[in-house]
Amino acid sequence: MQLLKSYILPRVVQWAVVIFVGVTVTFLIPRFSPVNPVDEMIGRMTAFQTIDPQAVVAMRATMEDLYGLDGSLLEQYLAFWRRLIQFDLGPSFQNFPTPVNEFIAAGLPWTVGLLTTTTIISWLLGILVGSLVGYNQHKPWAQALERVVIVVYPTPYLIIALILIFIFAFYWPVFPMTGGAQGTPAFTWDYISSIFRFGFLPALSIIIGGFAFRFIMAKALSTSEVASDYVQYAELAAVPKRRIVISYVIRNTMLPHVNDLALSLGAMFEGALIVEVMFGYPGLGSKLFTAISNADYNIIMGIVLMSIVGIATGSLIVDLLYPVFDPRVRLR
Amino acid sequence: MLTTLRDLLRFSLSFRFGAFILLLVAVAVATSFFAADPPEKRRVVPRKFRGDPPSAQYVLGTTALGQDVFWMTVTGIRNTLIIASIAVVIGRGIGVMLGMISGYLGGMTDRVIQSIVESVIVIPRLPLLILIAVILKGGLTFVSLGILIGLLDWAYPSKRYRAQVLSLRERDFTHTAIFSGMSTRKIVIQEHLPFIIPFLLADMVSGFVFSIGIEVTLSYLGLNDLNSLSLGTQIYWANEWSSIYAGKPWVMIAPVVSVIVVAAGFYLVSIGISEYLDPRKRLVRLQTHAQADAAAEQAADPRKEKE
Repeated sequence: MQLLKSYILPRVVQWAVVIFVGVTVTFLIPRFSPVNPVDEMIGRMTAFQTIDPQAVVAMRATMEDLYGLDGSLLEQYLAFWRRLIQFDLGPSFQNFPTPVNEFIAAGLPWTVGLLTTTTIISWLLGILVGSLVGYNQHKPWAQALERVVIVVYPTPYLIIALILIFIFAFYWPVFPMTGGAQGTPAFTWDYISSIFRFGFLPALSIIIGGFAFRFIMAKALSTSEVASDYVQYAELAAVPKRRIVISYVIRNTMLPHVNDLALSLGAMFEGALIVEVMFGYPGLGSKLFTAISNADYNIIMGIVLMSIVGIATGSLIVDLLYPVFDPRVRLR
Repeated sequence: MLTTLRDLLRFSLSFRFGAFILLLVAVAVATSFFAADPPEKRRVVPRKFRGDPPSAQYVLGTTALGQDVFWMTVTGIRNTLIIASIAVVIGRGIGVMLGMISGYLGGMTDRVIQSIVESVIVIPRLPLLILIAVILKGGLTFVSLGILIGLLDWAYPSKRYRAQVLSLRERDFTHTAIFSGMSTRKIVIQEHLPFIIPFLLADMVSGFVFSIGIEVTLSYLGLNDLNSLSLGTQIYWANEWSSIYAGKPWVMIAPVVSVIVVAAGFYLVSIGISEYLDPRKRLVRLQTHAQADAAAEQAADPRKEKE
């Protein structure tokens, strides 16, 4: 009960605040921009064809209704929320009248699958390797590895993906360049193995980027942990090195990592978006990219809202798992 | 200032490397002003040299459209850095202000600001940036893109400044200053700002890494001013004209390598400065100043002795 009150409740409130801020910002951006999206859209539609002026007026009214642009700002805001709660994100413009929901539902499993797998792998790998390097910081292999990571870490995901495409899909074509899977979706070996084959390079790009970030943090944390008295004592007591690293160093640096995982989900998601675009992976990123080139405003808006809610919920789940790792929170 | 620079160069390997890279970048930026023709102009290179690999005359090769990749790249680096500088100044400006307000005022203001900051950290920025950039499409210039990136990159920094302010507020010298009747404004400006500024410096340098990455990403999606040169738009066009498939990889390699090198340079410098600011390492450095070199060597690294 105490845990619920002092830990879980504030996290849930924070989750609500994140969604509130995110939705409000998303609502305000188009309204405070100097360009009116409706004018923009009509301009684009009438650029290549002549349309009856009356039709333009009707179109404008429909679109203002669609965007929720009639009424005062407050009324618009309330209407925006009402539509959101009903999961009504409006129709796609390019593929009228398919609802945006369907597009998002088609892309979501790919993105969630890719993101979950890569986040878990890069997080665990980063902590393990980073702590090992922090513990053996004077060994040549550790220093060499650290130098490589220091160059990889500031490199944008886009560039990592680009280089992987050149090497493994173009010059030495062992992996397919674009797509998500081959064949018809079925529970067969061919289809499932093709998911892995197509997903390998996108996943590898995200893992490399996420790993570098986690590695640097794990190395910094474990370096200060290694210098502490209890590690020195354990070394003097001839505790096996593997045990020192895993049960002492990593166990004691775990909390900041869990805490930080919740905060870094957003960055990983951004990486996943751009990597999907690069590989034509059929997730939300590619849908977003197609929508950008078609100026399909409703889909963009839907994916932005979706990602805010998704990432906020993901962080909430990680935060709620925190007591599992921290006995101080659990036992209070 | 000069002593600081000397210490940094002497004690931090990463700073030495980073400073060297940034020096090269600075030379590249300076060179970009001497381009004979505007580098984005096409059909500058004589017809028989178009689409040639790197040679003595065209160091980084040429594009099939008759542009000199070397001039494109140095100009691209310059423009990317202009965008990043604007973003960094705006982002850190907001960050410092919010962090200081939050840290000094405390109480309810602090709680409200902090919960907004926490939310902004969690919210993925790229989709928001894409939404804004799509709406402004066509109207985006380097300046507005820089402002846009800056407006979304202040949450993490502000948290760090707040932590800094909170610790400064509890130091003895702050209490001494308060009891001796110093006004709050004076304490902030004379006593605390000197502590904040080095942090700001390290933070600004690392802010470049993020801004360069976002610029390249947005440009790749076609959301920058595509008629001007930046590292991002250069990659966009190299990709658009499929330079790799056409067997002209140098058009793509030059901007890609530049992004990696420039970002690594800024990152290395920021590591160097943060190492310099780390109080434990600072202690080591002070000892080194005082003692003879041989003794200092041991003090700097007690683990070495043990091994």
